[in-house]
Amino acid sequence: MSNTSNPAVAGSPPAGEAVRPMPHLGRLDFVGYLRALGGIVRRELLRFFNQKERFFSALVRPLVWLFIFAAGFRNTLGVSIVPPYETYVLYEVYVVPGLAVMIQLFNGMQSSLSMVYDREVGSMKVLLTSPYPRWTLLFAKLVAGVSVSVVQAYAFLAVAWFWETDIPPLGYLTALPAFLAAGLMLGAIGLFLSSLVKQLENFASIMNFVIFPMFFASSALYPLWRIRESSETLYWICEANPFSHAVELVRFALYAKFEPVACAVVIGTGLVFFTMAVIAYDPGRGIMARRGGPAGEAS
Amino acid sequence: MSADPREGAALDIADVSHHFGQRAALSNVSLQVGRGRFTALLGPNGAGKTTLFSVVTRLYSNQNGRVSILGHPLDREPSRALARLGVVFQARTLDTDLTVAQNLFYHASLHGIARRAARDRIDVLLNRVGLADRRNDKIRTLSGGQSRRIEIARSLIHEPRLLLLDEPTVGLDLESRADIVGIVRALVREEGLSVLWATHIFEEISSEDDVVVLHKGRIVARGLAGQIGTAGETLEATFRRLVAEPVKGASPKVAA
Repeated sequence: MSNTSNPAVAGSPPAGEAVRPMPHLGRLDFVGYLRALGGIVRRELLRFFNQKERFFSALVRPLVWLFIFAAGFRNTLGVSIVPPYETYVLYEVYVVPGLAVMIQLFNGMQSSLSMVYDREVGSMKVLLTSPYPRWTLLFAKLVAGVSVSVVQAYAFLAVAWFWETDIPPLGYLTALPAFLAAGLMLGAIGLFLSSLVKQLENFASIMNFVIFPMFFASSALYPLWRIRESSETLYWICEANPFSHAVELVRFALYAKFEPVACAVVIGTGLVFFTMAVIAYDPGRGIMARRGGPAGEAS
Repeated sequence: MSADPREGAALDIADVSHHFGQRAALSNVSLQVGRGRFTALLGPNGAGKTTLFSVVTRLYSNQNGRVSILGHPLDREPSRALARLGVVFQARTLDTDLTVAQNLFYHASLHGIARRAARDRIDVLLNRVGLADRRNDKIRTLSGGQSRRIEIARSLIHEPRLLLLDEPTVGLDLESRADIVGIVRALVREEGLSVLWATHIFEEISSEDDVVVLHKGRIVARGLAGQIGTAGETLEATFRRLVAEPVKGASPKVAA
């Protein structure tokens, strides 16, 4: 192997380094962080649009619910006047906000799945060698997932528009912050779950134990007063389910109205799960320290 | 090495230990990478090389001891330390569905580099690793050796002064391996980059390199590659002798 350096002088810094005392191209301040955030979001969107089948399956799932399920139940499930609606509404009108947030629920879990995948293939390590504080990187990851979920939710609303969903034009705008808040909460839950899952194979059980109970025991498919008629216990379970509040926040926002309780629950739940995820991904305390040992070197 | 290797060392690892449960993966490891030096971290599989890299890249916080990167302590100034560090991990970590340029832009943004500055830097680096014509190709169309070269380009995008490479030539053919070694040695020679190169392949080490031998989580020998063993003994023979011996205490053998 050729090496022309002279060991007698190789220890001293080369001339080039003295001229450039701080040769770091990037910035460590907030502007630099925003660039990192933008890069992380762009990567997530590029990956999402590269996977056409993921985009379409995310879109088809709620549309199947809307076109088939809702059409079938239209006559059996009349919905009386409940806020934010000011008149009797058809079942398919009632179910649209719940289906839009269902997209975000699936997306939150999908993001958490990709966190587990990133951890297994090592691109998580690359992310974590970024010089910004770790919680800000996890937050950027969360925002990236939410961006994808908002794109999907609006794609669904665009298709559903042809189906007489009766959403006022302003509602599409006022719903944006609600979708962001709901997406952040569901993403934070997914992020925390991803820290609990050691391997990709275990992920199917998360789907069964988290997604389906959250979706069905909520106000997404039926108003809670109807559930109360059949079971008081189930009603309280649905009330306690943060997914119900995410759905109600979006439902009200789509009609340009604000639901303070739902908003507080969504933001509070998001903060709690995000904090737990940050602790779980802490290099000294969380899973990275307990489980991350390389093969052959860890027990 | 300079008279006092700690004086301005690019990487200073002092007395670092790391445990996974009861098992010690690293025991009182101390090593320095001098500025502008090519330092080989030599050790058999399972010696603790990857754990050491994980501590230096702050994937695990060190449980004991201190790590400094170009004078910035990793525990007190993690951002400044990481900003000066480039890493090539053992596992392939590029997004295979994205293009070469998309991967490199992503990494530039992780270091807060503006898009225009990143574009210039990407041109320079792709030329450096000889893959300027593959800029818009997806990673999955590249060979193993080419992906590795892109990973080296990626690790240099923020102009780090210290580069860590964890067995970068594993699984590559002879020619690709020589390419990778050649690229990194040129960076040391021409740009004064400091390099810590983990390996178990002796052909990658030249006699002027600093060598640190890690075995079962302890440093068992260190010194210039050409002087590490007894007279007339090759580095390979010395290494085989060292890893065959039972590990004693914490005191390493220090070559003259």
